[in-house]
Parts: sequence; C-alpha cells; structure tokens
Amino acid sequence: MNRMNNALELVKKLRTFLPAESVLHETEDVRPYECDGLSAYRQTPMIVVLPRTEDEVAGILKVCHALKIPVVARGAGTGLSGGALPHPQGVLLSLAKLKNILGIDPAGRTARVQPGVRNLAISEAAAPYGLYYAPDPSSQIACSIGGNVAENSGGVHCLKYGLTVHNILKLRVLTIEGEILEIGGSGLDAPGYDLLALMTGSEGMLGIVTEVTVKLTPRPEKAQVVLAAFDDIRDAGNAVANVIGAGIIPAGMEMMDKITTGAVEEYVHAGYNIEAAAILLCESDGAEEEVAEEIERINEIMRQSGATEVRTSRDEAERVRFWAGRKAAFPAAGRVSPDYYCMDGTIPRKNLASVLAGIEALSAEYGLRCMNVFHAGDGNLHPLILYDANHPGELELTEEFGAKILRMCIEAGGTITGEHGVGIEKINQMCSQFKTGELEMFHAVKAAFDPESLLNPGKAIPTLRRCAEQGAMHVHRGKEKFPELPRF
Amino acid sequence: MQEIVDQLAATIRAAAASNAPLCIRSGGTKDFYGQQDKGRDGARGSILDPTAYAGIVDYEPTELVVTARAGTPLMQLETELNARGQMLAFEPPHFGIGATLGGCIATGLSGPRRASAGAARDFVLGVRMLDGKGDDLSFGGQVMKNVAGYDIPRLMAGSLGTLGLLLEVSLKVLPLPAEERTLRLSMNEAEAIETMNRWAGKPLPVSATCFCDGELTVRLSGATSAVRAARAVLGGEEIAESSSFWKSIREQAHPFFRSGKQLWRLSIKSTTVPLSLPGKQLIEWGGAVRWLSVDPEMDNETVEALVRKTAKDAGGHATLFRSQIPAAAVFHPLPPVMMNIHRRLKEKFDPMRIFNPGRLYPEL
Ligand SMILES: Cc1cc2nc3c(=O)[nH]c(=O)nc-3n(C[C@H](O)[C@H](O)[C@H](O)COP(=O)(O)OP(=O)(O)OC[C@H]3O[C@@H](n4cnc5c(N)ncnc54)[C@H](O)[C@@H]3O)c2cc1C
Repeated sequence: MNRMNNALELVKKLRTFLPAESVLHETEDVRPYECDGLSAYRQTPMIVVLPRTEDEVAGILKVCHALKIPVVARGAGTGLSGGALPHPQGVLLSLAKLKNILGIDPAGRTARVQPGVRNLAISEAAAPYGLYYAPDPSSQIACSIGGNVAENSGGVHCLKYGLTVHNILKLRVLTIEGEILEIGGSGLDAPGYDLLALMTGSEGMLGIVTEVTVKLTPRPEKAQVVLAAFDDIRDAGNAVANVIGAGIIPAGMEMMDKITTGAVEEYVHAGYNIEAAAILLCESDGAEEEVAEEIERINEIMRQSGATEVRTSRDEAERVRFWAGRKAAFPAAGRVSPDYYCMDGTIPRKNLASVLAGIEALSAEYGLRCMNVFHAGDGNLHPLILYDANHPGELELTEEFGAKILRMCIEAGGTITGEHGVGIEKINQMCSQFKTGELEMFHAVKAAFDPESLLNPGKAIPTLRRCAEQGAMHVHRGKEKFPELPRF
Repeated sequence: MQEIVDQLAATIRAAAASNAPLCIRSGGTKDFYGQQDKGRDGARGSILDPTAYAGIVDYEPTELVVTARAGTPLMQLETELNARGQMLAFEPPHFGIGATLGGCIATGLSGPRRASAGAARDFVLGVRMLDGKGDDLSFGGQVMKNVAGYDIPRLMAGSLGTLGLLLEVSLKVLPLPAEERTLRLSMNEAEAIETMNRWAGKPLPVSATCFCDGELTVRLSGATSAVRAARAVLGGEEIAESSSFWKSIREQAHPFFRSGKQLWRLSIKSTTVPLSLPGKQLIEWGGAVRWLSVDPEMDNETVEALVRKTAKDAGGHATLFRSQIPAAAVFHPLPPVMMNIHRRLKEKFDPMRIFNPGRLYPEL
C-alpha cells in the first residue's frame, strides 16, 4: 500500500516535466525491466523512467533526491552480475533513449556520444574514417557505452588495446543531487584526482553517466589469426606464456576447452579440432609486414610448445570463421543446456592448470558440466556452468559451485571479477577478497559522491554486517576477518 | 620488512593523534613539483620517508606484471625489467637519480611514450597503502583485469601523496620494442600539429613526437618490419644517438626547459592550432601537450590568467610545472562541485588531513 502511494506521488511529480510515456508504473510495463543478463535475480521496480535528455535525467535525480528514493541506472540490460537489478522501492532509470552520437572528430580521433549508444554503433559510425572504438565486449551489438563505463568492460582485444578505462577521455556525470560533473577533458589528463578512473567500473553507484567522449583507434591494415590445438591443457597454458615471453603482445589470445569446442563446432562449424583438450586462438594485427613476421613467430612458438595442429587463417573469411566459434561460445552453451551460469574470475596465468583441474574436480563433485572459455592473454576465465533451472535445487548447487570457483581464483592470487562486475551476484565473495578496512574505504568513497546511498544501493560493496553473517568467511593474511563483529 | 611498515604506521597514527602534518618525501626528486606553500598555516610538516621500504616483491615476465615496494629506486626497477626484455611503457621521468616508484606513481607523470602507450595510471593494477589512520589496505591486485571494488589504485596515481602512503604498487609491464628509430623533419608549427594528428589516425608505429624550433622529431617503435615500412613512408632524416634526445625531453634536460623562469604545461586537445602565448613552446604527445617556457614581462597574475584561459579554451588545463614563485597556484583550479568531491575524498582517506596538506590544492 505504502509502495503504491509512493509510486503514485512520484509518478505525478515526474509527469510535471516528463511525457506520460516516459514514466511507467503498471506492472506489465515495468516487468520487462525486472532483470538484466543475469536472469536468476528478478525484481520489479516501483517505477521505470525513460528520459530523453540530460536535463530530464537531472530533473528525475532531483526529485528522487528530495524524496529519498533509490535510483538504479540501466543501459541495455546485458550486464551479467545483476548490476541493473531494480530496487523494489526505487526508480529504474533507463538511459536507452539517450542514444545519439553527438559528434565524431576524425582528426582528433574521438567520438562524443550519449550513454545509451550501443558499443558497436560507435565503431560503425567511425568506420568511414578508418577508425574504431577498440574495447569490444562480445555483447557489443547490444550493450551501451554507459554500461561499458559503469562496468569497465573489456573484450577479446583488450590485452593489446586496453579496457574501457584506457579508451575514454571525458565523462559528463550527474550526481544524485542532479549536479553536473565534467570529468576528464579533451587532453590526455585532467587536474586533481583521477575521478575518470574512479567512475569507470563504479557500477552506477557514484553518478549517472550522461555523455562519454571515447578515443578512436586507427584500424590496423591487416589481421590474421593462428588456431592451435593441444592435447594437454597445460601445454596450451605454457604456449600462452611462451608467446608473451617472446615479447609478443597478440591482438587477441583466447582459449577454449574440449567441451566448449565440441558445443560450438556443432553449432557454427568453425573448423575446430574437437578431439583436442584445448584450442588457442592467437591473433596478430598491424602493418602487412609486421603481421607476416609475427604470425611466423607465433606458429613457431605454438609448435615448440607442443601444439598438435597449427593453422593460420588464409584470408579474411577464414579469420572470421575461426573467431565465429569463440564468439558463439555463450549461445552454444545455451544450446547444449537449458541454462548456463557464466563466471568471471581472473587469475595469474601461471595458475591456469591448477585452477582448471580444480574446476574439473568441482564439476564431478556437483555433477554439473562446465565449459571453459578463457581470455588467456590477461588471465580472465569464463567458466560456464551448465544447469537446468527446472530441476529443483540445481540453481542453488550451481551458485555454490560458482562461489567455490571464485574462492579458488582469490586463492590463486586473482580476483572474483575481471569484467562483469560485482553487482548483486558476487557481493558475498567481496567479503572473501577484501578486509574490513578496505570495504569501509569503498563505502567511504561511495559516501563522498552519494552520502545518502541512493544510487544503486546494496550493490557491489557488501555491508560489514552482511560479511559477518555469511558462513563462508576467510582468513586473510593469517588474521581472522571482522573480529570486531559478532558471529551468528 | 614488516617492521618498516609497522613503524611507518605508528608514525602516521602518532601524527594523526597529535594533528601534526607529514610531508611524504622519497627521493625528493620531485620536490619542485606541486604547491610550494605546502602545509597548513605555512607549516610543512615533518618528513615521512618511506624509502627504506624497497625492493621488488614479485616479478614474472610472462605474467606482464611486476610488484615492487614504493621505496624501490625507479632506476633499479627499470634495470631489472630491461634485463628481461621489458619496460615501464609510460616512460616515467626520473628528475634525478633518487627517484622512487612511490614518487613516480604519486606524481603520476609520464614521458614521451605516453600518447601511444598510455599514462602511469593506465599501468597501475594494484596498490598496498597506509591511509591517514595508519591502516594497511590493499586494492586492485596483480592481474590485468579486475573490477572488484572501486578503482582506488588508479585514484592514487597523481594524487601527490595526499590520500595515503604507498607501500607497494603492481604495474603492468610491456616488452621492449624490437626496434626503435628516430626521424627528423623540418616544418612549421601548424604543419607539425597537423602531421602528428594525421599520423596518429593511421596504423603507424609512432611512439613519441616532439616539435621544437621548426623541427618535428618522431620516434618509431615496434616490430622491425613495421618500423622499416613506416620509416619509408614518413620520410625525413634519421638521427643517430636518438635515445639521448628522448631522455633529454623526458628529464627536461633539453635547453628549452631551462630557457625561461616559468615552465608551464598545457594539456589540451591534440588538434588545437598553434597557441599564441608569450615565450617559447615545445610540443609533445602528438600535440596534446604544449610546454611553455616564459620570462614574463607582464606580472605573474596576468600570465597565469592568460595561460589558464588558453588551456581551458582548448579543452584542457594548465600546470605551473616549475617556477620561482613560491606562493603560485600550481594546478588548474577546479569547479566548486569537483572541489567538493575532492574534499570529501580527502576527508575519507586522511581524516586528520596530515598527508602533504596543500601540496595539490590549498583546500586538500
Ligand atoms: C552474451 C553476453 C556477452 C558478454 N560479453 C562481455 C564481454 O566480452 N566483456 C565484458 O566486459 N562484458 C560482457 N558482457 C557483460 C555486459 O554486456 C557488459 O557488462 C556491458 O557493459 C553492460 O552494458 P549494458 O548497457 O547492458 O548495462 P546494464 O546491464 O544495463 O547495466 C550495467 C551496470 O551499469 C550501470 N549503468 C548503466 N548505464 C549507466 C549510466 N549511464 N550511468 C551510470 N551507470 C550506468 C547499471 O546500473 C548497472 O550497474 C556480456 C554480456 C552478455 C549477455
């Protein structure tokens, strides 16, 4: 009842400056916003607003700030950690209608875009100038640049070309009070603290991004990819280290295990060796001569590292076909299993073999299959746990399996999330990765921007109480964690 | 080593308890940089010297990551990396033999390779630090991709020691290029700006640019074949002994940098046409940095106002990098909303305001 009254009062206030179709509150209208790409978590928001301009966003924030109503930003809703999961008493702020490319400066190699612009749309608009936006998440046809900034998204080319944080110059951000912050600048740096870095990956908890100026990169003259098969996953791991040890930074370096290649081969016929324990895709790009030289060296290294088969794409069509399999890994998981759960830990690469062995053991223990897709160059693992949500209890088992994988990643010197964010999904694992003082500092940073915690509350950073209540606490550097809090 | 950390933490706690400011100083090579009227009420604070906490903690070349203690001499770190065929790709300036990793990251300064490879902050993966309460905190990590928690490691880069004492830093490192060559072409300033930007829009292995006195100097780095191919396309004269030239730019040993009483750094949009300002200019970073060396005939306030407005109009900001004016404002003033956020962040990291008060901005 209370929620109902609040909603109606808010709708009335918002409709004083927004058209009726920009403010949704009927259940059937808000239902489509109940989850992001992590559909295991669902929550209908109190209301959904769809502003069309920065001024409208500012107006909405001012109203919510005055009434102390939580605000959750949403781009395209492709996030995989529940970052855009609505708040039951809150406003879901969709930036989807702010989708204009405001300008492309080919000489200065930048694009100024609104937050709802799709990642790939930027590269398409820049293509006539021989330029593109380098970070290329697999979801790039759908995900928004605002979401990319909020998650610091990466892609298969980020070892060489960097993550979102390396490829943006300037942001316009609205604070919860509705005040504009201009962060970064048209030069390569800005005065004061590096708030551009702080905003990137902040999961909609510090401010609302209303404009992004991105760097554009010249299209390389040529790209070619080597496809290598290994009958032992450790050899594949060593091959990655050997390529990097030889002073090569490949444009992309991806690994897939046998169960993955089997699933994708059936689906896209990329030409993978499905008998191999693992395959590696290693791409070189640059000037014609440079690619020729590098590809030859990569071939050599793959052979010396024990590859059972090494093939080089002969033309652009074959290069695209070799990559098609990797790009189809998620949909392929969706074909071989009713549901899948994508994990996102990062580890120092030297621990790859032991972590994969650990995952295999867990897979047997839980009786759940797991496909391994791996951004091998930068150590970012995407185990895809296959399950069936219609089998009672299987989702819970899957989540437990996933949590154990993340714990292994921390123990291996890595992190619980490389690029998908913490959101609501990995909030408990944050307690294992960080100590009390560190979590307190995160809360303090949030409070510096959003003292009343109205922006995406309850996400990304767990409360100390939540950590203490959790069974699975960790001993960090030999000390018990949260000694000051009562145990439950 | 832990005893050193315990001692530093005890010093910080004592300073916080007695509300006495501390001046974090490692090598002291960058003393000239930042506000000179440091300290609160004119008091600079006692020196907190973390250089004893030195040494490489972990370095595995094939992981492309190095972790070292903040007191590690930059020279030692670079020598170790070089021996394994790797480098700090942001080419940090040392400004003296005593430069440390802590000072390098705290100032966040980058050298000639910045425009192509990225800045100091781009390579920071993780930090261990002591905050203003003396708490030992770690953020980020030793892996290339990590989005767990806010990006405090990069926030520390360039914060000039005002948010905490760095203990350890993890950095991404890159392989040394197989080949480097430097070319020199004669042209005027407008042509140079246009040329640098045009090259940057093409897939060329340009790793550094510098325009001064009617000459554009450009460095090519990368695979041998790529450098050779680019060399043929770009033209110009190849110069020998080029590493000493780039070092003189990085370390500001080049005569240009000492030619005037004030050295300003304007960080602006790279395509900005030649700036009309008194004094001499040297251009780096593909046009995105314009150094101004000036012996002003006008009064200092007029020069400052002119330089700051010029930088702002070009989408950027200006820093008074070196001067002999003790009370001058060094960094570009922040708009009130931005300063508010800065002040609140400072309050959270350093509640008693003991670390380098006033070195970045008088308010911090
Ligand atoms: C099939 C598939 C493949 C994927 N592959 C990759 C990959 O390769 N690499 C990768 O990094 N990710 C990948 N993702 C994850 C996801 O696409 C990215 O996290 C993406 O950046 C999310 O963008 P979005 O617009 O969908 O954001 P949403 O899901 O709508 O939101 C994500 C977060 O950003 C916040 N947010 C959104 N817009 C704004 C704004 N304007 N201001 C402030 N906060 C905002 C939200 O509150 C939320 O916390 C994949 C997802 C799918 C479904």
